[in-house]
Amino acid sequence: MAAVQDSAMAVGRGAQARPAAQGRFAALWTKHGAGYMFLLPWLVGFFGLTLGPAVASLYLSFTSFDLIRSPEWVGAANYVRIATADPKFAASLKVTFLYVVLSVPFKLAFALLVAILLNRGIKGLTVYRAIFYLPSLLGGSVAIAVLWRQLFAGDGLINSLLAQVGIEGPSWISHPDYSIWTLVVLSVWQFGSPMIIFLAGLRQIPTDMYEAASLDGASKFRQFYKITLPLLTPVIFFNAVVQTIEAFKAFTPAFIISGGTGGPINSTLFYTLYLYQEAFGNFRMGYASALAWILVLIIGLFTAFSFLTSRYWVHYDD
Amino acid sequence: MTDATMSSITAPPPPAAGRRSPIGSVLIHAGLIAASFAMLYPLLWMVSASVRPEDEIFSSTTLWPSSVDFSPYVRGWFGLDVSFGRFTWNSLVIAGLTVIGNVIACSLAAYAFARLRFAGRNFWFAMMLGTMMIPYHVTLIPQYVLFLDLGWVNTILPLVVPKFLASDAFFIFLMVQFFRGIPRELDEAAMMDGCGPWRIYWKIMLPLSLPVLATAAIFSFIWTWDDFFGPLIYLNDMNTYTIQLGLRTFVDSSSTSDWGGLFAMSTLSLVPVFFFFLFFQRLLIEGIATTGMKR
Repeated sequence: MAAVQDSAMAVGRGAQARPAAQGRFAALWTKHGAGYMFLLPWLVGFFGLTLGPAVASLYLSFTSFDLIRSPEWVGAANYVRIATADPKFAASLKVTFLYVVLSVPFKLAFALLVAILLNRGIKGLTVYRAIFYLPSLLGGSVAIAVLWRQLFAGDGLINSLLAQVGIEGPSWISHPDYSIWTLVVLSVWQFGSPMIIFLAGLRQIPTDMYEAASLDGASKFRQFYKITLPLLTPVIFFNAVVQTIEAFKAFTPAFIISGGTGGPINSTLFYTLYLYQEAFGNFRMGYASALAWILVLIIGLFTAFSFLTSRYWVHYDD
Repeated sequence: MTDATMSSITAPPPPAAGRRSPIGSVLIHAGLIAASFAMLYPLLWMVSASVRPEDEIFSSTTLWPSSVDFSPYVRGWFGLDVSFGRFTWNSLVIAGLTVIGNVIACSLAAYAFARLRFAGRNFWFAMMLGTMMIPYHVTLIPQYVLFLDLGWVNTILPLVVPKFLASDAFFIFLMVQFFRGIPRELDEAAMMDGCGPWRIYWKIMLPLSLPVLATAAIFSFIWTWDDFFGPLIYLNDMNTYTIQLGLRTFVDSSSTSDWGGLFAMSTLSLVPVFFFFLFFQRLLIEGIATTGMKR
């Protein structure tokens, strides 16, 4: 600070203006330069790969653009068509909402249930935890989606298992009523990472609260509803928001299981898959940009809604 | 979450909240073991399908193959016009460079956010957090156009260069949290001794941050190794394919003919991730518990 003032006074002396200006620059550089040097790679990325492209994408969403000719301004036509005349958009939105609504609650319920069982001071906690976590780590890969395709095929493993108890199962992945369920099961199978977060949250609850409750004669059930659940609501909220956003963005399993089509009859046409088809299958880049901004809007609205409602059910101890 | 979480997740389990009968304990273990088996069953079945006779794949629900035969691995490896050796190499190069890029670029930015004072720091930090929230679909198309104009499509550059520009803001955030926990007295003492920010970053921060750097490196590797969307968009020439794209091509070309080869290559593609799981499980679990990572 002193250096800056010194150089400012030096500027005032006129005759030495030029070297003083350099002095002031040097002082500013010493103070702020290092920070910006360290931040430089990120700043380049921020402007070149995030902010610039985001602005460009907003512009492209009002154009018709096929990568070959220059973008042609069409006003709100893309958005109008999405809202009024695009059955695939409606279908993909329905499939995606269905997937979110089915997969997230089941996944979180499993994660919470297993976390509570594991948190009872049982032996072998680390082994169980590792086993339950493994699917989360592997589940996003193509290999697992490939495996799922076989498991739920007409002659796949699930139907072989069902046949042993005398049930003849359908071809799950090629039946429009069931195909979404195969993806839901795949998602629920990966309950391990929210489970770990629940476990960490459960560890934060002081044990003396339970001791006090036991002394007062509260049942296990009552302790769960009156202590565990309320104190865990911040973690439940966090997991719900993260998992929901992830579910909106899911892509790989639907792509592999449906062979990139989103079929049968659009029943696995995730929103992101439709966006991919429009952009890189049909090269409607302007239209796909509009789809991307609608996705942002949906996720943004959902997040805002979650935070607004959270004050009525999320318990913060402050 | 706080540091308390980080230590408590690996600390010995707390005493049971209440006394339990031995029968209750047995029941819980029986349930957990059954659940563990159900979770692992599909994975184990896939491994066994990769070595069992082809006609058993669609008939047998057991995990133990009637005879073990490794020929599907050879068939799968050479099952496409380009071998899986090439795909594996491509994946390793991309994942390796991503790890290097993320560790360098994100730690530089994190050091600036955590330790240096400069005008606009809070503003840029907020911007950085903002980029974590935006779905990548918004930047996808203009980025594609940019890389197309640069002539980078069909090379690994679009997948790797952004990492050297700290595009995975999540890791910056992870490192900032860790750097803030390192006692400030250390860098202040070094500054008294005449160390500049570069030396402090290099000689003090990085050596003390090995756990978080390792966590970031491992997650970078796993996410990049598993990434399907990026390579799907940018790599169209089979010689540039990653192992995930190779698998996808394999499914499309031979889904009805060579299941053994397909499962052999699927199993192989999971090996590196499984390796990290086996040897660095504690870091992975701590990473998730402290930051709430999605996977």
